Amino acid sequence: MTLMVTMTLNGESVSAEVEGRTLLVQLIRDHFRLTGTHVGCDTSQCGACVVHMNGQSVKSCTVLAVQADGAQVSTIESLAENGELHPMQQAFKDNHGLQCGFCTPGMVMSALDLVANNPDPSEAEIRDWLEGNLCRCTGYHNIVKSIAAGAQAMRS
Amino acid sequence: MYEFNYRRASSVFDAVSSSDQSGDASYLAGGMTLIPVLKFRLAAPSDVIDLADLGELKGIRTENGAVAIGAMTTHAEVAGSAEVRQAIPALADLAESIGDPQVRNRGTIGGSIANADPAADYPAAVVGLGATVHTNSRTIGADDFFTAMFETALEPGELVTAVSFPVPDRAAYMKFPNPASRYAIVGVMVSQSGDGVRVAVTGAGGRVFRVAEMEQALAANFVPEAVAGISVSAEGLNEDLHASPEYRAHLVTVMARRAVAAAG
Ligand SMILES: Cc1cc2nc3c(=O)[nH]c(=O)nc-3n(C[C@H](O)[C@H](O)[C@H](O)COP(=O)(O)OP(=O)(O)OC[C@H]3O[C@@H](n4cnc5c(N)ncnc54)[C@H](O)[C@@H]3O)c2cc1C
Ligand code: FES
Ligand code: FES
Repeated sequence: MTLMVTMTLNGESVSAEVEGRTLLVQLIRDHFRLTGTHVGCDTSQCGACVVHMNGQSVKSCTVLAVQADGAQVSTIESLAENGELHPMQQAFKDNHGLQCGFCTPGMVMSALDLVANNPDPSEAEIRDWLEGNLCRCTGYHNIVKSIAAGAQAMRS
Repeated sequence: MYEFNYRRASSVFDAVSSSDQSGDASYLAGGMTLIPVLKFRLAAPSDVIDLADLGELKGIRTENGAVAIGAMTTHAEVAGSAEVRQAIPALADLAESIGDPQVRNRGTIGGSIANADPAADYPAAVVGLGATVHTNSRTIGADDFFTAMFETALEPGELVTAVSFPVPDRAAYMKFPNPASRYAIVGVMVSQSGDGVRVAVTGAGGRVFRVAEMEQALAANFVPEAVAGISVSAEGLNEDLHASPEYRAHLVTVMARRAVAAAG
């Protein structure tokens, strides 16, 4: 059985035919070819697939595409404007918040959900928030620094 | 994932009657357990009935000395609710300690208790606070709800609509979390109210259980030292790569003592 899904994806109204079992991340990557959202574990652990759905960060490998029918979805591709990085992306670049970069889209999208509710998070709050985002390269220290710097840049 | 038919229910009645008609349906709440289970092909329902549109299952109300939480209320909503934080801070703390922010943004209280994972946090709150589970057809007392590992008193197709927690005089939840998932290796909810003292343990056994000896000691004297010398038997407790039954038994006493201290 296929179903029609309509959503606002990065500000644009889009539709697609999917199966009930199609995951949101499959729809985003395979159908809409937005490959900035990554699949790290596919078991809801790593957070590489984090996108925003109706303003909240979610793991898109653990959401069915049909659950996003009617929703506002935004991915890492929505952040840079006219080729200019979003302050949070720039902060990751400036603070060596990435090495291989695989986890980075999820880290950035997760960080933006934190900062939306807590514009000036402490180091402890940032570390706590990153519970659902795994990085196999950086040791997290520079990611935490990046998020603090990104939050500061977004405040000013 | 095997194929299934997906539909969104338009009311509780619609959800329950679709489930009855199908005979082989799963309700979908936050999906934080069901979707991983489907991916692993550990379940193959013919129909998945999404409860997302059922506004009647969402929200938090304080009335008659109890906090009633709709089944579709997310862990993040419970953790962030000023009402819950004011009435039962232990419950807000428990919700805040579940998994990670993305799991808390989707996962719901109804899904958590219906799933009855032996390491889940909410079962400790339901039993430790003496809550009442409301379903589409009846109410079920806390002590009758969790029957075995991943088993509850729910009949096939029965839908949890809300859980109401009586406001205790004091309560606290302490957990020793699995460092990766944050599920409880051992979690203990302790509460005191006009109805007496409750000590409920999750993570340690096949299902949440109460420790009568600790409850009696605390009813006589609600101080951490009252439980410090009381231990549960390791026999029958869970064993996995994270902890042996003996270690879990030890943690029950430690977490209970800390919970009593925190409840103050
Ligand atoms: C990475 C990760 C970490 C986690 N860590 C923790 C943790 O630390 N502590 C913890 O307690 N949990 C943890 N969880 C589990 C999480 O809390 C789930 O959200 C919860 O167990 C299931 O809730 P759900 O709303 O997602 O339910 P779903 O996955 O949608 O459903 C689960 C089951 O309940 C049934 N169901 C759902 N709603 C109802 C209803 N209203 N009536 C009857 N049946 C219903 C479904 O049919 C299904 O069988 C974690 C999950 C993940 C993925
Ligand atoms: S790919 Fe979704 S959490 Fe890892
Ligand atoms: S930078 Fe490589 S996984 Fe995080």
